[in-house]
Amino acid sequence: MNATSRAGFAPALVALGAALLCAGSVWGLAFAPPEVFMGEVQRIMYVHVPTAWNAMLVLTYAFACALAFLFTNHWKWDSRLEAALEMGVVLSLLLCTQGAIWAKPTWGVWWDWDPRLTTTAVLVFAFGGILALRAFVDDPARRAVWSAVACVIAFADVPIVYFSVKWWNSLHQSQSSPETVSKAFHWPLRINAFGILFLWTGLVAFRARVAALRLHGEIDVQPPAKLPATSLPRPKGVW
Amino acid sequence: MNGILAALRKDLLLTWRGRLQIVAVFAFGAAALLLFSFAIGPDSSALRQHAAGFLWLAMLLASTLSLAESFERELEERALTGLLLLPVSAAVLYYGKAIANLIQLALVGVLLVPVMVILYDAGTLRLLPLLGVIVLGAAGLSAPGTLYAAMTAQARARQALLPLLLFPLVVPVLLAAVKATSLLVLGDPMGQIRPWATLLAAFAVIHLSLCGLLFGRVVDEG
Repeated sequence: MNATSRAGFAPALVALGAALLCAGSVWGLAFAPPEVFMGEVQRIMYVHVPTAWNAMLVLTYAFACALAFLFTNHWKWDSRLEAALEMGVVLSLLLCTQGAIWAKPTWGVWWDWDPRLTTTAVLVFAFGGILALRAFVDDPARRAVWSAVACVIAFADVPIVYFSVKWWNSLHQSQSSPETVSKAFHWPLRINAFGILFLWTGLVAFRARVAALRLHGEIDVQPPAKLPATSLPRPKGVW
Repeated sequence: MNGILAALRKDLLLTWRGRLQIVAVFAFGAAALLLFSFAIGPDSSALRQHAAGFLWLAMLLASTLSLAESFERELEERALTGLLLLPVSAAVLYYGKAIANLIQLALVGVLLVPVMVILYDAGTLRLLPLLGVIVLGAAGLSAPGTLYAAMTAQARARQALLPLLLFPLVVPVLLAAVKATSLLVLGDPMGQIRPWATLLAAFAVIHLSLCGLLFGRVVDEG
């Protein structure tokens, strides 16, 4: 289990991320100019937009971990998948909450059935469901394979959900990125994006280590690095 | 192909022998349709507006019953282990069961339509397109549902787990099927039904291929 050695840089990442997030937020709240139409409310963009980017990033990482586990059967990918799934659900929940706080003064409603908002809510439930699946399966090998499979399917479903809701209803403003917003907003946005990035990579490294240690306790004193041979793909299967 | 037909035949035979179960699932769906009308109140025009949504919500709720049942009986006396020892790939077993679930769900859907017509006065004479939407929607529900039922049947808290995993995933099916059925019931002056039916078909094809690919890993007896 090499996850123990790999978490060495995690505290540094978390500290750097927290510092950047503080710096970017202070800049965004106190020094950046208010937006012309939305006024002070718009300042939530400095956490909202970086959260959105990072939520997508961490869920993509979870998908990569799931694929890596299915192809290599290596336990380390299962621990990372668990950590990334939890972080993805937390960031998506934060994204929904921030969006609702911003939407009330801007649109006049907490919630709207727009494609990105609805897709994020669906993401929370889809990936939260996989966490529930992990909680209710006791056999570590089955838990690992099943959650990886569920993660691949859920990730493949995201674009379909997005486009189906888009056809169904639409109102959200177009995405904010450094190209679509004024130059005065760039720096706090970028600093916060990297702050959240470092924060979640550090926390995911920590969490993966915890998952790996728990796996240790569940399987054996000396767990095999890979799934036992009986759980390898069946020779007659499609694999 | 022969393997899929054999697996399908086995699953349909099982369904036929336990046909009371379909009746129970249908009764559950019909009861749900009756209950939905209490949420809206006795306003017949509002009920008619929402009839398609109610039909598909009833289908979705009923599907969790029939999907879960389809795998629970494979676990009795380790029948699944026996099936996996057969000289066919696990994907064949998946497709047999997914198609059997599709037929069963579509049958429940077809039986629920008259209930919808009577309760909500929401009928249509375009029966063939309606049947098509029901079959495509049932395919969209049973494609991921069969795979998830295989997992949750062997987990703790299975009654809660299957809907928890399945419902967020099938949001596109629900949206598209409700829209398409609504257009059939309330009229479709702009000819919008085709894109929704295409979305349903695309969802079913994507999930049938993906789940067929992954099913072998899920049912590994280990």
